[in-house]
Amino acid sequence: MSPATRHHILSVLVENKPGVLARVSGLFARRGFNIFSLAVAPTDDPTRSRITIVVDVESAPLEQITKQLDKLINVLQIDELAPIDAVERELMIVTVTVTAESKPELLSLTEEYSGVVLDEAGDRITVSLGGTPEALDAFTARMGAAVVAYQRTGRIALPRIV
Amino acid sequence: MKTNGGAALIKALELEGVDVIFGLPGGAILPVYDPIIDSPIRHILVRHEQGAGHMAEGYAHATGRPGVAMVTSGPAATNIVTPLADAYMDSVPMVVITGQVGTAGIGTDAFQEVDTVGITRSVTKHNELVTNAADIPRIVREAFHIATTGRPGPVLIDIPKDLVDPTNPNSALDWYWPDSVDLAGYQPRLDGDPALIKDAAQLIIAAERPVIYAGGGILKARAAESLLALAELLDIPVVTTLMARGAMPDDHPLCLGMPGMHGNYTAVTAMQESDLLIALGSRFDDRVTGKLDAFAANAKIIHVDIDPAELGKVRRPDVGITGDCRLVINELLTALKQIGAPEVQPDRSTWKSTISGWQEKYPLAYVQSEPGDLLKPQYVLEQLRDNTPDDCIVASGVGQHQMWTAQYWKFQHPYTWINSGGLGTMGFSVPAAIGAKVGRPDRMVWAVDGDGCFQMTAQELVTAAAERIPVKIAILNNAYLGMVRQWQEMFYEERYSEVYLSPDLPDYKMWAEAMGCVGMRVEAPEDVLPAIQRANEVDDRPVVIDFRTDAREKVFPMVPAGKSNSDIVVGPEDVR
Repeated sequence: MSPATRHHILSVLVENKPGVLARVSGLFARRGFNIFSLAVAPTDDPTRSRITIVVDVESAPLEQITKQLDKLINVLQIDELAPIDAVERELMIVTVTVTAESKPELLSLTEEYSGVVLDEAGDRITVSLGGTPEALDAFTARMGAAVVAYQRTGRIALPRIV
Repeated sequence: MKTNGGAALIKALELEGVDVIFGLPGGAILPVYDPIIDSPIRHILVRHEQGAGHMAEGYAHATGRPGVAMVTSGPAATNIVTPLADAYMDSVPMVVITGQVGTAGIGTDAFQEVDTVGITRSVTKHNELVTNAADIPRIVREAFHIATTGRPGPVLIDIPKDLVDPTNPNSALDWYWPDSVDLAGYQPRLDGDPALIKDAAQLIIAAERPVIYAGGGILKARAAESLLALAELLDIPVVTTLMARGAMPDDHPLCLGMPGMHGNYTAVTAMQESDLLIALGSRFDDRVTGKLDAFAANAKIIHVDIDPAELGKVRRPDVGITGDCRLVINELLTALKQIGAPEVQPDRSTWKSTISGWQEKYPLAYVQSEPGDLLKPQYVLEQLRDNTPDDCIVASGVGQHQMWTAQYWKFQHPYTWINSGGLGTMGFSVPAAIGAKVGRPDRMVWAVDGDGCFQMTAQELVTAAAERIPVKIAILNNAYLGMVRQWQEMFYEERYSEVYLSPDLPDYKMWAEAMGCVGMRVEAPEDVLPAIQRANEVDDRPVVIDFRTDAREKVFPMVPAGKSNSDIVVGPEDVR
């Protein structure tokens, strides 16, 4: 994400029906908005799903995309979550190469990030970490060239309890 | 009551008040065509599914009621994509029903299978693939509700064959009819925010050079009377966009006519020079604004639209009001009177005389053809306009003929002008005129078409002849794709690329006759009126008149694409 643009988190409550995700993502594509990350799953109410979308746009086009999203019949509610008003988490699984020297460091770092080891063979270890997106960024940065592959879920978020 | 999906679908359409379906049967929709035989709903068998869609649009434009089209799966569904996109752009209420392969076949590349809801998602207000026959009454009810409320638009219902086939157990359901529609995610706001109404009233009452910029939303909201009341209360001039022609009578002293790329000088310039634009149901389309940052640069903006996404989409309003145009205008009238309108307004006599000065100096004009030369299209339109009833409905295709009609016709009533504005769909006029005539059989309906457009959908005149729908078609035949030719002449150094069509191929008179219509050809000015009069007398079949017009004639005024509206080219003498 370039520093010139600000990321926005949209928490979109939708009907849990076939094709709804396609409607939402299709709208972004058609109106020329780039999705940075997207996470979707049913909520506590199984007839509803929550889509957490991170977009990197200026605020004026964000207003437009929000209004267009709101026109979709299956979209029930849209909340823009300013990072300060939201709790955010993201899950990452990452495979790194380790040596005899670096392995303890990795394990202690994993522990520091409340992660767990998922898999291990030869000189490779796969760990899972949950945290704020910034924390995950910091973890991969510290691993540097040792990272073989990683997969992140995209962030999920809820408004802070006020 | 036990029933099946096909019978339930037809019954639901009947309960929605549908009196006509435009359609064409095929494999997947076959079971629904059986109960149609026993239904009071009239079915009009089109010759191409695109025709069904545009007929449904024409019907909706003319009546205000939703048009209904029904076609089969696969190629039929893709053929109706263009009318869906057209209706979506121009906010036309329409419900399209498509057949789909049986539930078990979906996703297997079955015969005539396409992902209809996927293909039409971005060109419909909403669409739905039915997965359970028991949902059919509810989905039909919702479809009509969505199509006709808020910002109107097309809704598509895709129904797998097994759910409508009475021999298939999947089609069984217990009949019901929902009392109401309950859509948590769809609650259009109709009345304006009172605080914003007050703000708008203050801006209006203080404005020195206000212009009302009336768009198609006025017609959709049945707000023509309210618009007139607002304009007259405050003595404010009104421009009517391409989609709003007829929303204000053209002979009203406050009506300035059409703005935009081919708008008249006064309408374009009044907007440019205004200090307040009151945009009512209009959307700052690029064909109206010209170069955006030069558009009405000193004007404050009041923007009223039922679709909140239109407010600020193109131009940020000073006061943006979400709501139904009719209700909001009425609320504005009350608010204005409360603050002393019309008495407390500034003296606008200078603004009024400036405007009337433009009108005198820059009227629409063309040079009549010399004896022996081809007809001027504007002359044909003047004759047609002056020799048809005031409430005649006129439909057009897209191109030069459309712009000349929008310019030269004098619209005195709302819902007398039907065209494809946003999408610019060539071939729109013939089927749209047919649909309009079906909806308003009491009215005379003319289509003004171009020769290029006519060739795209002319086969629907077979439909009209077979169904005894007496529409009248005036082809302004200049043997060219005229608007493209105009751009090539003006902006591509007269390098004409793939625009010549020939005046005689096809022979339009013979073609019309072969399709069961009366066919005529007119080449001389003195033959124009007799041909129109003869056409007006035909009431048992369609009429086609092939008017041979001058291909050199261009549409003026013109704001060249990408230029500021202040750079308007008034006529050919102005072209540099």
